[in-house]
Amino acid sequence: MKKFINNVDNILVESLSGFAKAHSDLVELHLEPNFLTRANKAQNKVAIISGGGSGHEPLHAGYIGYGMLDAACPGHVFTSPTPDQMLMAAEAVHADKGVLFIVKNYAGDVMNFEMAAEMLPFENATVLTSDDCAVINSTYTTGRRGVAGTVIVEKCVGSLAETGADLKACKALGDKVNKQTASIGVALTSCTVPTAGRPTFDINESELEIGVGIHGEPGRRREAMREADEIVGDCVEAILTDFKIRDIHPTNKHEALLLINGFGATPLMELYLIFNTAAKLFNLQGFEISRSLVGNYTTALDMAGASITLCLLDDEIKQHWDSPVHTAALRWGK
Amino acid sequence: MHTEFILAAAKNIQQCILANESTLESLDREIGDGDHYINMKRGANTIVELEAELTPLKPDEALNKIGMKLLSTIGGASGPLLASFFMSMAKVLKENGGDSHAKIAAAFSAGVQAIIQRGKANIGEKTMLDVLIPVAQQFEILATQTSDVNLISKSLIRTAEQGMLSTKDLIATKGRAAGLGERAIGHIDPGAKSCQLMIESVCKLVLEK
Repeated sequence: MKKFINNVDNILVESLSGFAKAHSDLVELHLEPNFLTRANKAQNKVAIISGGGSGHEPLHAGYIGYGMLDAACPGHVFTSPTPDQMLMAAEAVHADKGVLFIVKNYAGDVMNFEMAAEMLPFENATVLTSDDCAVINSTYTTGRRGVAGTVIVEKCVGSLAETGADLKACKALGDKVNKQTASIGVALTSCTVPTAGRPTFDINESELEIGVGIHGEPGRRREAMREADEIVGDCVEAILTDFKIRDIHPTNKHEALLLINGFGATPLMELYLIFNTAAKLFNLQGFEISRSLVGNYTTALDMAGASITLCLLDDEIKQHWDSPVHTAALRWGK
Repeated sequence: MHTEFILAAAKNIQQCILANESTLESLDREIGDGDHYINMKRGANTIVELEAELTPLKPDEALNKIGMKLLSTIGGASGPLLASFFMSMAKVLKENGGDSHAKIAAAFSAGVQAIIQRGKANIGEKTMLDVLIPVAQQFEILATQTSDVNLISKSLIRTAEQGMLSTKDLIATKGRAAGLGERAIGHIDPGAKSCQLMIESVCKLVLEK
């Protein structure tokens, strides 16, 4: 393992401290328990709080600020945060209009946020994100995982909350965006969890993993490496099939947001190459890719690979995607 | 049950977790995300460090404090699940006392029930419950049949081991491995393994006495 580390046990706090210093105009860091809030507390709105294991930067702290989150609770690398973090964060940012938790659908995250929600002394609700269509949903599983589509949910819900909308409306929009979104990831290499010191899974030069999770969890299948167009083609097909199975249809305008997300070790050059092919293929299926985002938005430490996310747009989602946002990782219109 | 025993058990569990680093790491790398060992280590170390605070407490108070501490230390799925176990076990001990094997077995079962509820899982889903449910059942049966603690301990060690091994051939329907489908077959569940190790540690402590 070759990484920028002083002491493996201090990576998280040193990184959070650097993040808070670099973006001191936007965020404030609180330690023990660890959580980050906006530098200036927002008033008269539902407090939007997210959190999850670290290692997915800029998710979630990078999305704290006007138009998105009020607070984020980072856990240890790939490990969900604990309820005391959520309770303290909620205490710090709630503004008498309730708290909405945005939680990626993993057993650990769900349970920790659930316990926090039970202990919280004020009104709250939770949106579970579950956009990963690599995990075929059935009554037998915990359900689909929340991956890069979470960014779109946080952006839209955050935008609505700024208008003073109530908790119920914010939750409803979050659930809708999640339903209208599907993602699938491909890994070319493993990631290395610093405390483990070695790659999470073995994968050789001639292989790729289709449907990989953002923690290096194995996906649908291991395949031989192929040219990019074929890989992207399979991903596009998986996404379209998923919408079909779930009976989710685009509006008449067939507008969609295409997000190509890097896992941490794939250059932007390749991410744009993926966008080029994916946009073409979705166009061929009748979609108009009217909004786009390309970059590292939900990473998996140092994994090479990328995920493709399609969000079916309607006027409401489009409005909240376009609205001003000012965070460390997303900024426009303000 | 005495607080002294709980403290000794915590130390045994810590040593056992540390001694099984490579086993737990490799199991979780195969079908999980590789953080199980480090989370269990963090939890075990924290509880052992809590010795001075736990020593003056009654057994139920000590177990409750252990649960609260694990809740804010471990994270992941193991944190809330183990915390729920200890907090529920503590609650039943407080209500009924822990002066007989049957009462301790009942408290243990209450802890396992709390895990079932929190995790919305049951036996056969390739989780820690494949160890804990059979152990709880066996403990309750034995506690009414015998007062021989060595016999109970040996039996529970075997039951835990069988439960742990049973996860190997299961498809995971709960937890991180649930996305793997048939690819999880042939791998022992890391959470089942760590639970089996913890039960073995506590039972061995009884046998040594």
